[in-house]
Amino acid sequence: MEENKCQCGENSQDKFMKELLEKYEPKKDNLIQILNSVQEHYGYVPEHAQRDISDYLKMSMAEIYGVVTFYSRFTLKPKGKYNIAICLGTACFVKGSEKIMDRARERLNIQPGETTKNGIFSLEETRCVGACGLAPVFTVNGEVYGSATVQKLDQVIDEIIAKEGV
Amino acid sequence: MRTIYVCQGTGCTSSKSPLIMENFKRILQEKNIQDVEVKRTGCFGLCSKGPVVIIGPENTFYAKVKPEDCEEIIQKHIIENGRVERLFCKNADGSIAERLEDLKFYKKQQRIALKNCGSIDPENIDDYLAVDGYKALEKVLKEMTQDEVIEEITKSGLRGRGGAGFPTGKKWAFAKAAEGKQKYVVCNADEGDPGAFMDRSILEGDPHCVIEAMMIAGYAIGADEGYIYVRAEYPIAVKRFQIAIDQARERGIIGKNIFGTDFNFDLHVRLGAGAFVCGEETALLESIEGRRGQPRIKPPFPANAGLWQCPTLINNVETYANITKIILNGADWYSSIGTEGSKGTKVFALGGNVNNIGLVEVPMGTTLREIVYDIGEGVPNGRKFKAAQTGGPSGGCIPEQYLDTPIDYESLKSIGSMMGSGGLIVMDDTKCMVNLAKFYLGFTVDESCGKCNPCRIGTKRMYEILERLTSGEGTLEDIDKLEKLTKTVSKSSVCGLGQTASNPVISTLKYFKDEYIEHAVDKNCRTKECKALAKIQIDPEKCKGCGLCQKKCPVGAIEGEGPGTKRHIDEDKCIKCGTCIKTCPFKAIG
Repeated sequence: MEENKCQCGENSQDKFMKELLEKYEPKKDNLIQILNSVQEHYGYVPEHAQRDISDYLKMSMAEIYGVVTFYSRFTLKPKGKYNIAICLGTACFVKGSEKIMDRARERLNIQPGETTKNGIFSLEETRCVGACGLAPVFTVNGEVYGSATVQKLDQVIDEIIAKEGV
Repeated sequence: MRTIYVCQGTGCTSSKSPLIMENFKRILQEKNIQDVEVKRTGCFGLCSKGPVVIIGPENTFYAKVKPEDCEEIIQKHIIENGRVERLFCKNADGSIAERLEDLKFYKKQQRIALKNCGSIDPENIDDYLAVDGYKALEKVLKEMTQDEVIEEITKSGLRGRGGAGFPTGKKWAFAKAAEGKQKYVVCNADEGDPGAFMDRSILEGDPHCVIEAMMIAGYAIGADEGYIYVRAEYPIAVKRFQIAIDQARERGIIGKNIFGTDFNFDLHVRLGAGAFVCGEETALLESIEGRRGQPRIKPPFPANAGLWQCPTLINNVETYANITKIILNGADWYSSIGTEGSKGTKVFALGGNVNNIGLVEVPMGTTLREIVYDIGEGVPNGRKFKAAQTGGPSGGCIPEQYLDTPIDYESLKSIGSMMGSGGLIVMDDTKCMVNLAKFYLGFTVDESCGKCNPCRIGTKRMYEILERLTSGEGTLEDIDKLEKLTKTVSKSSVCGLGQTASNPVISTLKYFKDEYIEHAVDKNCRTKECKALAKIQIDPEKCKGCGLCQKKCPVGAIEGEGPGTKRHIDEDKCIKCGTCIKTCPFKAIG
């Protein structure tokens, strides 16, 4: 098999990847489980990780890329230090989360799925974080802010800017 | 002995309920109080009043508890045997509810699927065993044949709670009849409808009842292996379900020769990764196998060729949550609840513009009016009810004139909606129905897997038309085109996602066509939700120049100085957030 291995790009010598893959049998149906752990660890699915998985599961890079891009949880780009996710689930939408999203776009000057140039903020739209009783909600690195308003978002962004000195 | 129940569902957890539990434990220890137990529970249902703490056996219901309230609760309630009245919940009519049963929210509910949610610790198998846990499995394995189990489920009249309402007993019979050495049982916990959280709450609050039901199903159809496919976005549910599997395995409930019989069963968790289409059963199977979640062409149905082409039974979480109760109490008991065609209860996630937001379980046949007005206690802020949306992106909007429709699979279908998985979103008269249709279509465009053209292209074209309408560029011809497209997409899409994607458009067109026409012809959005069509203005007649709006405006778009000077809005700066409208004490802005 060695000589058939793809020669472009480097495999990671990453300890995390090695330990992760050892936990799974080299079967194709483990792919999504592995990718979930990779996404959680790195905050995205880096190419070197895809390469390691490709070797381990004996799947082509194209097939893995196809799966990564199909599922919205997997991303190919790193997120910002502060990932602001605004819930656009129905309960939040009905309570005006669209306005909060508009404001976030305007303040950060990026679109959902993007990261600011300085790497501080990234913006994401999520569908239901499950806190419908607190709608509308947004989260910053997973921490939930309930009964959100444009003012509350402004306040959170201002605090981060002050803290990071940007 | 007293018990302090602390809700650890996702809603309450996100408002610091784990810290509340810690505080209770710490304070009890500090004060050396022995005979009080602090118990972690699943969702109590009334999420908008969370974090919720209940003290038993008296059932005192404390709402919106903060971590710093624990000291007072222990001092006043536990030690002095009094009550912390400021944490009592109020009904919408102002009456005070001291105990859970005083809350109007719970009055018309009947809990079958959610029976144990909120009363047992989901991370402790002994709690489940104490409430007849795994008794149904034992009964089935020791006293019933496979056919008797299927017969009992068929007789109960239970239908699939995932949305389509296929008779569960029939599904089991098909899977049993299918030939194959290896068969699988699958639980669909890919609850993708945004705003629906019934399945999550069951997994978080009572995971063992799903495990037990899957094993009963396994015995009935002849499967010894099961998979649960659950959204990775539900970390608490995933964790508790895994704990439940591990505990059941330790006790020998999952494993070989279960209850001394020759029945074996093993169970695995598979995580979804954020794809709505994976709620469709064949797409879900593809995803479990590690591929892109694209639906398969049916037939063959999963009962004949499912997971790795083996006969597979797939049921939804809530469907499974009914099974143990049917086995223990009998099919006759179950079929005495509900309507002619729809038996038992249904869990709804009630949300949106309604006073009580949370999980509601009612007998089939309950009317929408009862859910919205008696259980939900109506629309807040003095607004008017406009529509209720059931079934999420696959369902339809139900206007006021149908509020008295009894809820069951057929009646919801006949008024252009569907049961769906159980999302129930109430909307008041500030909501624009064209914009709502656009919202749902935006969702389907994002989530269409792209396999078949009608869904991939059709939903996108419908979305574009709705975007034109909401931005003031639409025409009457656009509305005609939209109507035609809904038919094409519904009829020719491969899977349920595409076939039902048009429903939000069809139902809003049917019941709120005048709003569509207003958008197209008058270039007006009566709710001012469609920004391009809405102008926020200050009525100079009513403005007293108090300047409150100016202080609250986040973008400094309101001009005018000093008290008594009439204000006006700079349209270029205004982001139409509506804060000023809410702020103005004289209702001068609109």
